[in-house]
Amino acid sequence: MSKNRDIPPLHPASAMDFLPTAQLRDIQFTRLKNMVQRAFDRVALFRKRMDEQRLKPSDLRTLDDIVKLPFTVKTDLRDAYPFGLCASPMSEIVRFHASSGTTGKPIVVAYTQEDLNDWSQAVLRSLAACGVHSGDIVQVAYGYGLFTGGLGLHYGAEALGASVIPISGGNTDRQIMLMKDFGVTVICCTPSYFLHLIDHAAEMGVNLKELPLRIGVFGAEPWTEDMRERIEAGSDIKAYDIYGLSEIVGPGVANECVHQAGPHIFEDLFFPEVIDPKTLEPLPDGMEGELVLTTLCKRAMPMIRYRTRDITALEATRCACGRTLRRIKRIGRRSDDMLIIRGVNLFPSQIEAALLKVEGTLPHYQIVVDRQKDLDTLEVQVEVTPEAFSDTVGAMEQMQKRIGHSIESITGLRPAVKLVAPRSLQRSEGKAKRVLDKRIL
Amino acid sequence: MKIKQLSVFLENKPGALSAPCRLLAKADINIQTCSLADTREFGILRLIVEDTDKARRLLQRNGFAVKVTDVIALEVDDKPGGLAAILDALEGTGINVEYAYSLTGRTRSGHALLLFRFSDPNTALAVLKERKINTVGSEELSRRLKG
Repeated sequence: MSKNRDIPPLHPASAMDFLPTAQLRDIQFTRLKNMVQRAFDRVALFRKRMDEQRLKPSDLRTLDDIVKLPFTVKTDLRDAYPFGLCASPMSEIVRFHASSGTTGKPIVVAYTQEDLNDWSQAVLRSLAACGVHSGDIVQVAYGYGLFTGGLGLHYGAEALGASVIPISGGNTDRQIMLMKDFGVTVICCTPSYFLHLIDHAAEMGVNLKELPLRIGVFGAEPWTEDMRERIEAGSDIKAYDIYGLSEIVGPGVANECVHQAGPHIFEDLFFPEVIDPKTLEPLPDGMEGELVLTTLCKRAMPMIRYRTRDITALEATRCACGRTLRRIKRIGRRSDDMLIIRGVNLFPSQIEAALLKVEGTLPHYQIVVDRQKDLDTLEVQVEVTPEAFSDTVGAMEQMQKRIGHSIESITGLRPAVKLVAPRSLQRSEGKAKRVLDKRIL
Repeated sequence: MKIKQLSVFLENKPGALSAPCRLLAKADINIQTCSLADTREFGILRLIVEDTDKARRLLQRNGFAVKVTDVIALEVDDKPGGLAAILDALEGTGINVEYAYSLTGRTRSGHALLLFRFSDPNTALAVLKERKINTVGSEELSRRLKG
């Protein structure tokens, strides 16, 4: 079985990627006005924020006026849990997804049927941009369920006419068996999981270089050029970066084209800005800052100037592919304390919430993140307080289990819980260092 | 008679055990007996000392997680069936032996001294008394250990 390197003809849906810039800006402005009017009319929070600034939707006279609009942040979604930011009645909402909030409650996002269609189109254009086409066999190894990864890629790949294997995450043996037996040509998963697949396949006596697999669409966690090289050298595929976040839609906000020059943002659907995270002032293209996204078409849950906390820069120079869509530079860090572990968002405050639930008082703790055999590991070290200390091994192990369970139920991640002696965790200036991220990407 | 026991949380790593022992040594507190329960990651050091309160305060001041628990010292005939006789006495009472360890040091010949942590020490004491099984109190224990 060999790899087919032919470049497929352009998919009709990709035409939007090549709009002349002036026309693209016109579309963005028309859509922005409609979306802001709708959000102002239907979402109390947006109306209140705009009222506070004595701002009316009609004050948007040009696209540049977007900078007058108030920002939206992750805690707004938490505070509105579960449906407070919905702009559509339940009779029009057909899907929910949820992702990690900053504390115990998840943040919820809602979609109308039109929203799902737009999302599928964004994912379709993402896949088409990096050379996926009908006839491809696509293994979707992102998690299915509340996480947007699995279902997002699933519907986009189906809309493209590809043959989808909805295998979801985990069960590495079966992933490799189907990849080989079905002749899978495209895989979608986190880049670190794919590195794990390469190693595991070798242990099973399968050489990915000899399979038809030729494209990987990797996202849901930060990765580096070095990882791209390792992936491509280890499996003889092309590795592409897909970007997205549930608050905006899910995967498919941006995706790389075959030139691998950074993800193109599907700007007719999602308007990007970069701001200085300290002064909140807009920055020109090319300058590094925090990415801010505005949904231009979302109906069930429009998002105005959502602060992603991802640090990047907008690249406006023309890509060799000819797309007029701007690109984002590789995202390597964030302007908040969010960690991404095995594709799952984790805030230290969630661990605090979980520990409080078990112990009643917050013990000192440290989150240790590492990467072993290309898979992220999460260890939570908890100092044993005199109150929590019990004389029997059984009782202590029970507590360890309760802590682990509490963390898993809040974050969706199963941690290794390690009980450590009081005052044994590092403190700097009396304050504990909460996170030790030992991963070298 | 119940005896006060100190339990100290330790991490399972080199040097963890010596820290509390050194502390007690400096304060001239003698460890009458001890036992160590261990798991892969942590351990619980259980100590019997003469001045439990002093030792507890010292350890707590130095940042150890310490707990005081009641254990019962029993004199067991040093012959086949000695321990079984005691356990038989508790049969059917619902009292669980959470752990037990033996006392080192000098004991009366023909007898062994065992320390028991029962799930319900008070009921256990009553049952043992009823069955005329002698318990050894702290003072008696000190005297015997000193010989």
